[in-house]
Amino acid sequence: MPYRLNINGAVRRVDVPPEMPLLWVLRGELGLVGTKFGCGKGLCGACTVHVDGAARLSCQLPVGSVGDSKVHTIEHIGATPIGARLQQAWLKIDVMQCGYCQAGQIMSACALLGQIAQPTTDQINSAMAGNICRCGCYNRIRSAIQIAAGMKEESTRDA
Amino acid sequence: MTREQTRTGLNRRTVLKASLLAGGGLALDALIPLPAALAGAMEGKRSVAAQLSAFVAIAPDGTVTIVSKNPEIGQGVKTSLPMMVADELDCDWSQVRIAQADVDQKRYGEQSAGGSTATPKNWLPMRQMGAAARAMLVQAAAMRWRVDANQLTTARGRIFDPATGRSIGYGEVASAAATLVPPDLNTVRLKEPGQFTIIGRPLVGIDSARILEGRPIFGMDTRLPGMLYAVYEVAPAHGGRLVKADIEAAKRSSGVKHVVPIVGNGDPDAGLADGVAIVASNWWLANQARSRLGVEWDLSAAKGHSSTEYQAKAEAAIAAGAGTELRLDGDPEAKLASAAKRIAARYDYPFIAHALMEPQNCAALYQGGRIEIWAPSQAPQRGLQALHTALGIEPDAVTLHLTRAGGGFGRRLLNDYMVQVAAIAKSVPGVPIHLIWSREDDIRRDYFRPAGWHSFEAGIGADGELIAFSDHFVTFGDGKTPARAAGFNVSMPPAGLVPHLRYSQSMLPTVVTTGWLRAPGSNALCFASQSFLDEIALAAGTDLPTLMLRLLGEPREIAAPDNGSPFDTARARAVIETALQTSSWTRKPPQPGRAKGFAFYFSHRGYFAEVVDASVAGADVRVHTVWVAGDVGSQIINPMGAENQVRGAVIDGLAQALTGQAIEFIDGVVQQSNFHDFPLARMPITPEIDIAWVKSQKPPTGLGEPALPPVLPALTNAIFAATGTRIRSLPVRLKTA
Repeated sequence: MPYRLNINGAVRRVDVPPEMPLLWVLRGELGLVGTKFGCGKGLCGACTVHVDGAARLSCQLPVGSVGDSKVHTIEHIGATPIGARLQQAWLKIDVMQCGYCQAGQIMSACALLGQIAQPTTDQINSAMAGNICRCGCYNRIRSAIQIAAGMKEESTRDA
Repeated sequence: MTREQTRTGLNRRTVLKASLLAGGGLALDALIPLPAALAGAMEGKRSVAAQLSAFVAIAPDGTVTIVSKNPEIGQGVKTSLPMMVADELDCDWSQVRIAQADVDQKRYGEQSAGGSTATPKNWLPMRQMGAAARAMLVQAAAMRWRVDANQLTTARGRIFDPATGRSIGYGEVASAAATLVPPDLNTVRLKEPGQFTIIGRPLVGIDSARILEGRPIFGMDTRLPGMLYAVYEVAPAHGGRLVKADIEAAKRSSGVKHVVPIVGNGDPDAGLADGVAIVASNWWLANQARSRLGVEWDLSAAKGHSSTEYQAKAEAAIAAGAGTELRLDGDPEAKLASAAKRIAARYDYPFIAHALMEPQNCAALYQGGRIEIWAPSQAPQRGLQALHTALGIEPDAVTLHLTRAGGGFGRRLLNDYMVQVAAIAKSVPGVPIHLIWSREDDIRRDYFRPAGWHSFEAGIGADGELIAFSDHFVTFGDGKTPARAAGFNVSMPPAGLVPHLRYSQSMLPTVVTTGWLRAPGSNALCFASQSFLDEIALAAGTDLPTLMLRLLGEPREIAAPDNGSPFDTARARAVIETALQTSSWTRKPPQPGRAKGFAFYFSHRGYFAEVVDASVAGADVRVHTVWVAGDVGSQIINPMGAENQVRGAVIDGLAQALTGQAIEFIDGVVQQSNFHDFPLARMPITPEIDIAWVKSQKPPTGLGEPALPPVLPALTNAIFAATGTRIRSLPVRLKTA
């Protein structure tokens, strides 16, 4: 089936079965490999993208259901004010170890700050609970979100 | 990269070559033998690889290029090893570019990530390399200015002549330096620790910015012109043989280009199990086609290999007697019999999977009798061996590129995915193939941390001293040799600290492939032994840290061959005392159901004492704070990465205990498949983690592993203190209130 998708502000055409998850359209058909495959079952959050501004698991999203929605991926997130702040905060305290899950983490964090400008620790925990980091960078992910939200000094990289 | 004249400084131990870069500038290349004490640290390593390489180049514009030869798996070596070179070179970190090396044993010696070995192995040679380059640049400047090199100084990539006030950039003398004979690496002058300008600074990982922008870097991101994607359907139990599969039906599936049955070599450990490869234009399409195969397997080889059977056999082995003796000190039998107090307990832990975030994957292109491979591997040189064993591919016919790996944790020390993709690529020559495992493949085809059982006994004297200790360990193996990562550690504390001690072992046969998981051996042995020592301490009327401090006694070194270096009781004492202080150990939480637990361990040359503050309500365990005191030598190379390694290890250990991680088998078939039944840590369980470095005057050692083991017993000891329930089996499963 041919589809016209609105990805990162551009129209992209693909011809794939409607059940193909958006993840494999992005990675396999469009070469946008920043969005990561982790579990294929919506359990780990590595494939998180934004669909009309909301965090969605692209491994669970059939391309046939995307329609005219605006899809944004990690490749684009630096062009948004919140995304850019998050990337800077992530870098300031060097959140990552292996880094594989970090695109999904940033996408979830970006959706959170879009909804709640200054979330509490419980709100952060709950918004980020769907994103697994096998390396265990959670202390710094939490700190980076707080730094990006202007709630914390960058010097306190680990709390 | 280099041309024309090459100058070589030779000594008995090291080959150091200087050459002129193609566009001008200095290239310095070294091959350095490893000290014997460090060479044997990696299990299964061949002597030919027992050398290190270093490569640094200074271009005319002053850009410093340092080759990073080891796999980057999230442990931070791609940043921390070049920091060592750059500091002694005395350049500015902003001048440094880091290039990832391909796999080339002749050129780079050992290239691997495992055993927390990179820091101890590279600490001296990397600095010597930087210092040698600096000395040559200074010499070139001295010759140009016709002054004594000793009167010149350097800083931030420039050479200064204090007598005249003039200065010159490294790049401007780099070509001249390339014509000089390199100095002897063993005599170059190194900085004093107080002079470091890069080592010890918290620096951001060299690839972090790129990753945050979603740019390709992982094995999973490999894209080649005309590339197709593959899945490899294998038997659900190890040793399974392919009976039949409907190849034609799978071929008719949308997007499928090739369906290739592959006969394995009958040795799952060498990485090529029987299977059917499905190759398609999109990975999801390949994966979808699996269900069309209607595949049938002969699983008889795995019959009876069930978790319940293993449990019953382990109990029988313990009941049968003492097992094969591994270590005997004094006369533990007599001392146990005559002890004022004698206690016994059994401990066990399950198989667990590595579950890296980036599923196993590898890309390959076979053409003209050669194969080019892109691999996220921790031990790529072992992969070359495996390709030869399983497929007869000569190492000289392989070009092997290292990609960043989305986690390692020991899983990628085995290269089964590399062998599989090579077998598939060989069957479709000229087509680049990217093999990607599903998460289910990844969990089920792991090289699991083996389960184990311990039967402990201890004898306590009338004065409360621990006088006798024994452990009968039941593990997996063929009766002679333990399975991979299933061996005991005869240096396990309290060995060497208790006069009468016996360690023994029994083995159960298994078809399950086992492997190294972060802090192999220690990740399980520490839980069992430090928990039982906690029981001993309470039975002796004291607490575990006090008992450990008493056992450590006078400062001395105790031979500990399994740990790669001797056990230094003074270093152990210092970390224990520090953890007690930072955690305010004697101050107990006043709330009911909340308490602190302690544990200590020495593994991978690192000394770690940890205290966990946890509260328990019904079956719910909440960890509030973990205090870590660690001694990994005189210098933390990159505090940014080092703290991350410790926090990650703590969270990893808590997940092993608290999230319900256990792999179970029924007739060899793994019962778990994805993160719903093999859970990992998530943000809400993350405690505060307080880290205190205890800096001894020993050379720095690695941090990938040693912070993990103590957190498990520190947690379970806290649960006992909070509830009176002793956790003798992992994962923690408490009854709901």
